Amino acid sequence: MILEQILNGIMLGMVYALIAVGYSLVFGILRLLNMAHGAIYAFGAHMALLIVSMNFGLPAAFVFAILTTGILSVAMDRIILAPLRAKNAPNITALISVMGVSYIIQNMLMIVFDSTKKTFPKLFDFGNVEIFGVTLTSTQISMFLIALAFLALLTFIVNFTKVGLAMRASRENPKAANMMGIDVRKIVTFTFFISGMCAAVAGVLVSGYYQMVYSTMGTEAGLKGFSAAVLGGIGMLHGSVIGGVIIGIAESLAVTFLGGSFRSATAYIVLFIVLLIRPSGLFGKDNVEKV
Amino acid sequence: MALLEVNGITKVFGGLTAVENVEFKVNQGEIVSIIGPNGAGKTTIYNMLTGVYKVDGGTIEFDGKKIHNRPPREIVKAGIARTFQNIRLFPTMRVIENVLVGEHINVNYNFLDLLFKTPKYRREEKAAAQRAIDLLESLELGDQIDNYAKNLPYGMQRKLEIARALATKAKLIILDEPAAGMNPQESEELMEFIRSLRDRGETILLIEHDMNVVMNISDRIYVIDHGRKIAEGLPKEIAKNPEVVKAYLGSGGAAGAKKDA
Amino acid sequence: MGKLTAAYDKFVDFLLKYKKIILPLFLMVLVLVPIVIPDQYVIRVLCLIGIYCMLTLSLNLIAGYMGQTSMGHAALYMMGAYFSGLLGSKFGWPFWITLIFGIIGGAIGGLILGLATMKLSASYLAVITLAFGEVMEAVVLNWTSVTNGPLGVRNIPRPNLFGWELTPTNGGFYWLMLVLVIVAVLVSKSVVESKFGRAVRAIKEDELAAKLMGVHTAAYKVKTIVLSGAMAGMAGAFYASMNRYIDAATFSFDISMTILCIVIFGGLGSIPGMIVGSTILIAFPEVLRSFADYRYVVYGLLLILMMRFRPQGLLGGLSRRPYKLPAGVVRPGEKTDGDEGKQVK
Repeated sequence: MILEQILNGIMLGMVYALIAVGYSLVFGILRLLNMAHGAIYAFGAHMALLIVSMNFGLPAAFVFAILTTGILSVAMDRIILAPLRAKNAPNITALISVMGVSYIIQNMLMIVFDSTKKTFPKLFDFGNVEIFGVTLTSTQISMFLIALAFLALLTFIVNFTKVGLAMRASRENPKAANMMGIDVRKIVTFTFFISGMCAAVAGVLVSGYYQMVYSTMGTEAGLKGFSAAVLGGIGMLHGSVIGGVIIGIAESLAVTFLGGSFRSATAYIVLFIVLLIRPSGLFGKDNVEKV
Repeated sequence: MALLEVNGITKVFGGLTAVENVEFKVNQGEIVSIIGPNGAGKTTIYNMLTGVYKVDGGTIEFDGKKIHNRPPREIVKAGIARTFQNIRLFPTMRVIENVLVGEHINVNYNFLDLLFKTPKYRREEKAAAQRAIDLLESLELGDQIDNYAKNLPYGMQRKLEIARALATKAKLIILDEPAAGMNPQESEELMEFIRSLRDRGETILLIEHDMNVVMNISDRIYVIDHGRKIAEGLPKEIAKNPEVVKAYLGSGGAAGAKKDA
Repeated sequence: MGKLTAAYDKFVDFLLKYKKIILPLFLMVLVLVPIVIPDQYVIRVLCLIGIYCMLTLSLNLIAGYMGQTSMGHAALYMMGAYFSGLLGSKFGWPFWITLIFGIIGGAIGGLILGLATMKLSASYLAVITLAFGEVMEAVVLNWTSVTNGPLGVRNIPRPNLFGWELTPTNGGFYWLMLVLVIVAVLVSKSVVESKFGRAVRAIKEDELAAKLMGVHTAAYKVKTIVLSGAMAGMAGAFYASMNRYIDAATFSFDISMTILCIVIFGGLGSIPGMIVGSTILIAFPEVLRSFADYRYVVYGLLLILMMRFRPQGLLGGLSRRPYKLPAGVVRPGEKTDGDEGKQVK
């Protein structure tokens, strides 16, 4: 029973991890809490829905969702955030701006796709699989595997490629990175694309899992991914992944032992407790102020 | 008894001893300087004095009371106020408001007083504002009270920081490298200003890297190197002290000791 | 754009200059509204604006003066509404008593938040408040024996003033709202102009420097959040009685975001900014009701444009007027002896 719930939690947690990574990537480089991430995630799901409803199939939907969502994410940065950075505007202005973007995206989705819940095809449905005596659906497993594959791809990009090195350098010290000949602008653009991609993939996966798409789906998922990111220490990629998995497991255990109404609160209870004990998150670095 | 008596204070950071068994004292009405090359441990001493760091050994007595390991606000109440090496004013508050924050511990009314604007509140606020104005006028900042701290020129910001410290009614003002970032003429003016403070009866402890700056105004000087006190005495004794010369030259310090001797 | 903002600044200066005449006139007009326009819908929207005035003034204490962000302010609002609403609905206590408990409820929420965050740096308050908001929502949803869970609280009594029941239709609620908003404004003003306000602003500017001036920073942070909670609780108690029904969904994350957006739109640290901001941003979607769905898109655009061209908000930013000294204090350079006609204000 517990094992089953833990496995269930890990499956779902992988998707939270994917959302959390999107927050962390942007935060790492711009110190910005991208509160539009949830709406961007919903956008990705809707783009996939568009393709699926035209009977082009899931793989095509994935590709289309990734591309359009990535572009949306980049466009948000170039059109709205970049001018603020150019003006050296305080961080809060960017935060409020992305909230504005969030309102716009969410309500545009509502206008274009209306506000009803729409069905989405089940993800790669080929029956059940048994692992360690626990039955898991193929949907869960494919969700897990796809999320894992993307996280692995991201880890590879960030840690082992030239652009990843530039991303890490820009994260540590944008000015120095700039002087070293790194085009920080390009890196920021790339980061937003990747972040949008993560949101899109997560959006499609969750839609396929719950077989449902709706315009306000991003609010809860966004908050959960955000919690996962903060839990792990925002800005830290591995922290976000572990944060996501912890929240997935905690949620699934809470539903079993405390009841379904605790589902959404669990993430925040865990977050609340962790932050009280370790303010910078599980893997965050402590900032000690110098005098 | 001396106003400030520091006995054998020690600070260890993760196995590294930053300050070891340092002692010094400051008498009422003196200008005392603590100098030393970069990284000698001056700022650490300074942070222990003001309660930012805890001491790992030794005692600090001020005005007859032990003050080490007390929280900063209690040290301020005991009568020690400080300025910062890299000016830390409240930049988007007015000049007078900066001084009023300095007066914080001397303004006495509670939450209900302020909510209902009781006579006590009015009296205290009026007195505080008047004191702030008088203080600013005496430091030739009287015409700047409406200005925002961030808009002041550098030299005035320094003065305002000192004014803010004075506003706490401190018995001892500790200045951390007040001449940092100033050209020789500006720093000369500042030292003149510090001397004038002493002449009005203030007691001042200067923490300084460049010994030339403090040579002319200090009553006594202590020299710190590698976390230890290596010399103490009158300015002219310090200037001739071979240990001091070695410390400064040895560390590649820009401020040669012999130049001034 | 530059010309436009300059003209706007001039306009604001003009209003400030004749504050003493404009303000009482404006108040008089406000008091007369239910008599002149006895339209239920208009009154309801105005009451909603009043609620947001209280909520934004409450958040302004934290965000505007202390420089911390709260993303779960609706939780404090909710605590006020539930404390007040439950006592009224279950025990039939009169509104005036439950209002006090609503204020206490909000303050308790603030105390929990304050104690949890007093040692943490600014950015954590945002996250902790966010988590707190969601946790409180879950508590209300799951603690059914007390809160009625998702069914919400019904039949919350209306205030009764010496036998006269205040309702949204007879204007009573509206006037009550005016009184509560004025209380919130006066409390904010008193706090800001005192040593309390200076200490809190000093914390925002440089927490360490404030600490080394003798400010008990942790205590002031907690006090500010408690006060802010109390004010939000007041708004909650008012809402509960006005709507007569509350449930957890009313106090969602969206409400927290709306409060935060208005505070920034109106101008951090500006009391009139909160009122103007609430009026515009709450009335706006109502005015645009005919455009139905597009109103939140416009709302989002408005926020983005605001951040781009006037990040300090409508009325925020540094005042260019002289500092207001307490009565009887002599400004440097001004004569006093024998020159009694020229009193310094």
